[in-house]
Amino acid sequence: MSEFLAMGGYAPYVWSAYGITLVVVLLNIWTARRARIRPLERLARTADEARPRRQPTVRQVQ
Amino acid sequence: MLGLPRWFHRWASPPHVYELAERWRPWLGGLALLTILGGAYGGLVLAPPDYLQGDSFRIIYVHVPSAYLSLMGYTLMAVAAGIGFVWRIKLAHAVAVSIAPIGASFTFLALVTGGIWGRPTWGTYWEWGDARLMFELLLLFLYLGYMALRASFEDRDKADRVSAILAVVGVVNVPIIHYSVEWWSTLHQGPTIAKLDTPSITFDMLAPLLVMIAGFTLCFAWLVLNRLQGEIVEREHDARWLRRFAEAVR
Repeated sequence: MSEFLAMGGYAPYVWSAYGITLVVVLLNIWTARRARIRPLERLARTADEARPRRQPTVRQVQ
Repeated sequence: MLGLPRWFHRWASPPHVYELAERWRPWLGGLALLTILGGAYGGLVLAPPDYLQGDSFRIIYVHVPSAYLSLMGYTLMAVAAGIGFVWRIKLAHAVAVSIAPIGASFTFLALVTGGIWGRPTWGTYWEWGDARLMFELLLLFLYLGYMALRASFEDRDKADRVSAILAVVGVVNVPIIHYSVEWWSTLHQGPTIAKLDTPSITFDMLAPLLVMIAGFTLCFAWLVLNRLQGEIVEREHDARWLRRFAEAVR
């Protein structure tokens, strides 16, 4: 295992390259998911506000 | 302008594409994860160390897929923007918009992992004036320029049309990057796989690379679908068909 982690003496290079790749891909996943969900949530919110409230029934006074 | 076949119009219909994306997204995501994990295991564990570069060559398994996606992403973005410009298809512009930040991030990765690989291999992280490196950096600026240009317009239709011109003109950079290692003498090595000859890499090293390229491409597709769905919702926010999707997130 430690031999694997040592990467034949190239550990700093190999693991930093893989680490940065992992971070960028995870950031991509997070921002892309947010880009999909945010507009839907906004839409749901504005739909709530636009929904007409039930009007109290007006009775005619005789 | 030129006519388009009927099947094409289905692909230009936002509700149709949105529903397809909704259905495919989970499968794409799962497949991307499995493929990347398999490719990483193959690249880090199964592939033998290089006779010259030792284990440092394993950076190839993240560097080449990123570089490949940086070029493929830009080409797709330019084609989508071009289709949107010529046939005035809004969905095509939405595809281009969705690709830009993802393509930029993989271009960044290609530059950074290349630099890290260059240090033990060439003795330097970066070489100003090296054709391959310079044109790849220009590619990053093209992506960022496309996004900055869009952001400078209030009106989305205008942003679509003007940014499409930049995207299409910039695509000349893609073949320049690809052939830069043959046209100029550069530090960067010549092509390993994408050439007419047989690949100059042994199969134990090549197989994980092909798996990684496939995995990165699936991941790219998953990312684009997510952003595209968001972009469609923003552009179609008045449409009735969107309501049930909006109900679902509440």
